[in-house]
Amino acid sequence: MSFLPYALAAWLFFVGLYGVVTSRNLVHLVICLGVVQSSTYVLLLAIGYRTGKKAPIFTSGVPVKVGAVDPVVQALTLTDIVVGVTVAALLLALVIEIWKRSGTVDPDELRRKDT
Amino acid sequence: MTRRARLGLFAVSGAALAGLFVWALTGLPAFGDFHGEYGRILNSVAGTERHVTNVASSVVFDYRGFDTLGEEFILFTAVMGVALLLREARDDRERPRDEVRSDAVRAVGLALVGPTVVLGLYIVAHGYLTPGGGFQGGVALAAGLVLLYAAGRYRSYRAASPQGMVDFAEGVSAGGYVAVGIAALIAGSAYLENVVDLGTKGTLAAAGTIPILNATAGLEVAAAMVLLFHEFLEEVIYPE
Repeated sequence: MSFLPYALAAWLFFVGLYGVVTSRNLVHLVICLGVVQSSTYVLLLAIGYRTGKKAPIFTSGVPVKVGAVDPVVQALTLTDIVVGVTVAALLLALVIEIWKRSGTVDPDELRRKDT
Repeated sequence: MTRRARLGLFAVSGAALAGLFVWALTGLPAFGDFHGEYGRILNSVAGTERHVTNVASSVVFDYRGFDTLGEEFILFTAVMGVALLLREARDDRERPRDEVRSDAVRAVGLALVGPTVVLGLYIVAHGYLTPGGGFQGGVALAAGLVLLYAAGRYRSYRAASPQGMVDFAEGVSAGGYVAVGIAALIAGSAYLENVVDLGTKGTLAAAGTIPILNATAGLEVAAAMVLLFHEFLEEVIYPE
């Protein structure tokens, strides 16, 4: 069953992408993008996992010798999450502007108004 | 493009992408069998080299500290972008008026404000000892403030987080991270190198510059989150 974490990452990626492609609402589209991005968290953490090892936190009583899962991908995931949140905030601000200007957040409706 | 054409295009290109995706996944190490030397070495040396117990934090604020500088400025720039987009075009209407009318929600919510803020401070302060850190704790801190709005009144939330102060905190913390790096340069080391006394491992006085950078990140994230809430909440119109 060791492929399941990777399968989950793939599923999140494509289900989010499907949502982006078929979206009828820009707010929904931003959320879907968040789902796509979640797949990268799962993928990063899955890659760094080492069977039987714990989190890379060596408080007193935890000998360094036992090792831990990879701390580098965990730090990368942290960066990933921060970037995800900021991108979502910026996109949602753009959605508010679009709604103010054209009164709709439906991508198809926007295209019709444009032409 | 019609919806049907778009779906068709997605089916074809999505299938091709899925093929490449699966192909790439088969090249990855089996789950649980990762042999990245970098992470393994850091796990064994970070404790003695940097006096930290949370190795992930030492990666974020020391070994990969320069990347985190970039990350902080992504956050900073995005928040400035949101402020620029929303503040500029806002018409001068009345502030949103709202009041939570359920006593239960108000009592429980407001009782949680203090503990949430304390929890946030705790997570920030112990970021290099136990799970947590500036980024995670900063969000908890902001959540404590937003509870004031969610369970109380918008006015109390705004009073607790004056715009000028939040703007100032956002700028100072982003600048503080840069300044710590420059201080290392002045001390004759490389940019962002850990030059401060490393202290005793396992205590709050440990890890040199990591606690300082960790604190600037905590302040930066909390201020950024509060600023974002400000901007978005100002857009809301409540029916009276």
